[in-house]
Amino acid sequence: MLLAKTGVPAASDLAKVIPSEERLKKGAVAIIECFQSIPCNPCQFACPRGAIKEFADINDIPKIDFDLCDGCGTCISKCPGLAIFVVDATYGAEEALVKIPYEFLPLPAKGDRVAGLNREGKEVCEAEVVRVQSAKGLDKTPIIWLSVPKDYMMEVRHIRLKGGAVS
Amino acid sequence: MKSLRKTELAVIGGGPAGLSSAITAMRQGAEVTLIDRDPVLGGQLIKQTHMFFGSKDQFASIRGIDIPSELIKALEEGPGKVKVELGTTVIGYYDDGVILMEKDNRATTLLPQRIIVATGAAEKMLPFPGNDLPGVYGAGAVQTLMNVYGIKPGKRVLMVGAGNIGLIVSYQLLQAGVEVVAIIEAAPHIGGYLVHASKVRRAGVPIYTSCSIKEAFGRESVEGAVICRLDENWQPLPGTEKTLELDVICLAVGLSPLTELLWQAGCKHKYVPELGGYVPVRNEKMQTSIPYIYVAGDAAGVEEASSAMIEGKLAGLFAAASLGYDHDLESLAATYRKELEELRSGEAGSKIRQGLAKLIGGVSVAS
Amino acid sequence: MRIEEHPIISFKRGKIVSFFFNGQEYKGYEGETIAAALHAAGVKVLSRSHKLKRPRGFFCAIGNCSSCLMKVNGVYNVRTCVTPLQEGDVVEMQEGRGEILAQN
Repeated sequence: MLLAKTGVPAASDLAKVIPSEERLKKGAVAIIECFQSIPCNPCQFACPRGAIKEFADINDIPKIDFDLCDGCGTCISKCPGLAIFVVDATYGAEEALVKIPYEFLPLPAKGDRVAGLNREGKEVCEAEVVRVQSAKGLDKTPIIWLSVPKDYMMEVRHIRLKGGAVS
Repeated sequence: MKSLRKTELAVIGGGPAGLSSAITAMRQGAEVTLIDRDPVLGGQLIKQTHMFFGSKDQFASIRGIDIPSELIKALEEGPGKVKVELGTTVIGYYDDGVILMEKDNRATTLLPQRIIVATGAAEKMLPFPGNDLPGVYGAGAVQTLMNVYGIKPGKRVLMVGAGNIGLIVSYQLLQAGVEVVAIIEAAPHIGGYLVHASKVRRAGVPIYTSCSIKEAFGRESVEGAVICRLDENWQPLPGTEKTLELDVICLAVGLSPLTELLWQAGCKHKYVPELGGYVPVRNEKMQTSIPYIYVAGDAAGVEEASSAMIEGKLAGLFAAASLGYDHDLESLAATYRKELEELRSGEAGSKIRQGLAKLIGGVSVAS
Repeated sequence: MRIEEHPIISFKRGKIVSFFFNGQEYKGYEGETIAAALHAAGVKVLSRSHKLKRPRGFFCAIGNCSSCLMKVNGVYNVRTCVTPLQEGDVVEMQEGRGEILAQN
């Protein structure tokens, strides 16, 4: 099924933006799940290391230089489409770290176990909240750091709090 | 008898386009009166909780609700003064150029030398049985309830339309703690930005394309809806009906320009579906077929707020220039035109480009 | 039906005022519109169509659609979706089209 029909990126879309195995082994890295040419460019000014390449045109699809990106996540809350995530495959022996933007209340707390949802909103695993960034500079787009089983690091993109309502 | 109040430039509408027009014309040196029927400036921006797209010049990455204060600051900074008349509805236009306004049930008149109409757009309605039941809302009304007054429209919502408004309002409903049962879209593809679609999908909201609402039912208010799939010719496929229990149906099926004043003034219009229906014919200076009336924003053709702001700047610039305030006209106009062109140049802007080609391509207007 | 906490917006609500709808007392916030206050109180039907008497509710919220025309403090056809609520307002569902009252 096409992204334009479902709103869910297909494997072929994701293949274009996911870094190589080799790069993932080196540590945290940002993944920009933005697949459509739209007039929007704040991400290219968001990166303190200049890892998001300069746009020739405001409609360009963002490209990351994975060698410059250190996965700091500054870009996550700057993206109006909330399409940027950070994945650190080196986080633990069995677990990876996934950072997601989360604009809902209540916010989870460090140590909470939450449902890890995939891009279709289906629960795929349990995730542990390891940090909640909600500084003023994030302008009400908090960033949730999740520890997830490595198999699901490219799946989990949202969470549902246990016992809470949808999203 | 009191003498007639006069102004050099009247800007009608204080949303993104009108505010930008007023600021630009004031900076150029024109004496401006900005009129809005609402008690506050900002138009629909005051309901937009999401971060804007576009570039820095159009406040990208800033939330819509935070943009009016930026624009109002610019308005107040000067160097000139803009007279702001709030709670004031322009209800008539006379042949001698006088506009009639209503405030607190009293009528007043104003004679401007130039007018910029930035009155925005109104939501389109969708015909289906039961569409008049309480519980069927325009998406803008749902935004007003939720984001201005902090009131939930109901418990379970069916969103009709997967353009940017349908997708964004669905996300806002989730943020307000309201369940969105589904988003349905009659077209075979999602019309809005796919990043907005992905946001609501991962939060668990299904999007059904080639799908429409057949009827709404309920006694005193909406209790449910029947949806069905559409074939390639947009006709309902028998046997695909599905009944959903819900109390809110939110219509986000497009906007059409609000141009009653321009019709009344006798401005030429043209039917351009890509721009939302009947739109005023205008040239690249945003000037209508009546030379002293300009237009900007959704009233000139339905588009994103980022484009509306630049159109506002262009209208303000040229209206001021026609009054003799033409400082830096060429370079400013070139800058704004380039920004507009960039916003419209991508795949997402193709519909607008087609619409504008139809509008500005063929018909000649006074210049 | 009120949103108590919101991830993006902090609602600035006015003071609580009393008003009457069809003779019954309700509470709302000063400054919000009459239709919004009624909606928050769970009132969905604001008017009836003239011929078939079908229920009409909150629809456009910007004073365009006529779905929320009501009698307020004796005045017919008030667009309650753009009229701010005030202490003691007497709001009624109106029968038919109403009448134009003599001013003063």
